[in-house]
Amino acid sequence: MPNNVIEIRHVSRHFGPVHAVNGVSLDIFEGETVGLIGHNGAGKSTLFKMMLGLIPPSAGSIRIHGTPVHGSAFRELRRAIGYLPENLAFYDNLTGLETLQFFASLKGCDRDSCPALLKKVGLGHASHRRVDGYSKGMRQRLGFAQALLGSPRILFLDEPTNGLDPEGIREFYQMLNELNQTGVTVVITSHILSEIQERVQRLAVMKSGKLHALGTVQELREGVNLPLTIRLRLQCTPQALKEALNGTVIESMDTQDDTTVIRCQRAHKMELLRRINTLGENVHDIVVREPSLEDVFLGYAKP
Amino acid sequence: MIEFAQIRTIAAKEFRDRIRNRWVIAVAAIFTLFALAITYFGAAQQGEVGFRNIEFTIASLVSLVIYLIPLIALILGYDAIVGERERGSLDLLLSMPITRLELLLGKFAGLSLALASSTLAGFGLVGLLLARQTDSTALYHYAGFMLSAILLGMVFLSLAVMVSVIAKDRARASGAAIAVWFLFVLVYDLGLLGVLVLSGGTFGEALFPVLLLLNPADIFRLLNIFNMQDLKNFYGLATVFPASLSNPWLLGSMMVGWIIAPLAVAQWRFK
Repeated sequence: MPNNVIEIRHVSRHFGPVHAVNGVSLDIFEGETVGLIGHNGAGKSTLFKMMLGLIPPSAGSIRIHGTPVHGSAFRELRRAIGYLPENLAFYDNLTGLETLQFFASLKGCDRDSCPALLKKVGLGHASHRRVDGYSKGMRQRLGFAQALLGSPRILFLDEPTNGLDPEGIREFYQMLNELNQTGVTVVITSHILSEIQERVQRLAVMKSGKLHALGTVQELREGVNLPLTIRLRLQCTPQALKEALNGTVIESMDTQDDTTVIRCQRAHKMELLRRINTLGENVHDIVVREPSLEDVFLGYAKP
Repeated sequence: MIEFAQIRTIAAKEFRDRIRNRWVIAVAAIFTLFALAITYFGAAQQGEVGFRNIEFTIASLVSLVIYLIPLIALILGYDAIVGERERGSLDLLLSMPITRLELLLGKFAGLSLALASSTLAGFGLVGLLLARQTDSTALYHYAGFMLSAILLGMVFLSLAVMVSVIAKDRARASGAAIAVWFLFVLVYDLGLLGVLVLSGGTFGEALFPVLLLLNPADIFRLLNIFNMQDLKNFYGLATVFPASLSNPWLLGSMMVGWIIAPLAVAQWRFK
């Protein structure tokens, strides 16, 4: 049984009559990467801020390493946490290095480690330039460097690849991967689902302040029961295909020229493939597509 | 437990910002210019030009400082917190191992240091010029004037930080800061005067001195003129203000109280 790092128990947060977060319970384990997804206003950011102890929950409790995030030990906890906020803002009149040194002082870690950290995130060349001359991507890199100050064991990353170019995104996930190998726990949000689905071990889907679904990408796919898509390239007539499939349960079938697209439930997939097999060499190509994370997400997000 | 290292880090950043954007030197220059003008041309209406007497110089400087320093302090501090909030840097700052109280005290300390530096540099320069023409008692009074000017600045910085915590956005904060200035610097005294005149001087003979102590700008005035016998008679204040309340230590403590109270409210409202 892996170590439980973050323990969220029946947490709610109201802002007046608005239930931003409503009865969420969630365990996050040591060394795992968890993606938190949901529409705007689903309660992700509020949950994030509560995990950081920035706002207190109206009800319930959040513990990190068994310690309440609001208690007297908050300083020690914060020193072990790295946070990259969604809307990142720095002080324009400071240079990149000064910015990082300022946060290093607050975190109580070694200011001398800052130049190396800037180099690591690809800002070595710009460390003595003022932040107001930084591009969006450079600010994001500086924000990531800030989150890595003091070698935290837990990282909270809110839309971390915002503003990064494809090269930057690749580098970012490479660094994240290296950190993950050393046992760092990561909680990450992103609106680009295809980007995080490869990179997280589990996904937590939030909707209207509630934890709507939780599991691996595959578990979520299976749970939402969306149809699979089977794309065939055939030489035979549609009539022959229909005969071969006679008696199987499919949701739809569209034919255009030599390509036929069939949608079916996961439970019927193997039966369908066996029937298609009976067409023998008439089948030129076959592609089975799982519902994408976007489809899964939309499936969960449906009212 | 308060960690002073955190307060120092925030204060150092605020102070460095004000040095770097030349705020400190600009305000010091303003103070020097005004102080010089008042010292040498303060008696122009009486047909005299040039330095006269340290007590009248201080009295003139007090009249200037009482308007100028609160205004400058409020402008300096009104966006201390709301500015960070509006820019979006507050969340990151608060996610650090720092308490809200430490953040407030750090901001206040850094800004106070900037304002105090300007005050000392600006008026100190004029003080050095005066030193050649006057005796040590007078310089002692002048030092007292600078110290009380710094306290006055800190009071209004504390009020500004309170405004910056409570206000929803920078625009409202600037409006509230101007309102604070009008209230303490203009309206309050006029109100008291109006009540006195309307009641034919009968209203609150005992209450009046206490009401004066409720306005930090008035405390500043009292601190500076009650050291000097000439001025006391000149202002006619001695007749309405009991000697028991004019102890500089009492007045100084009131100023310190005026520094602590708004910060306490700010801490209470800072969520």
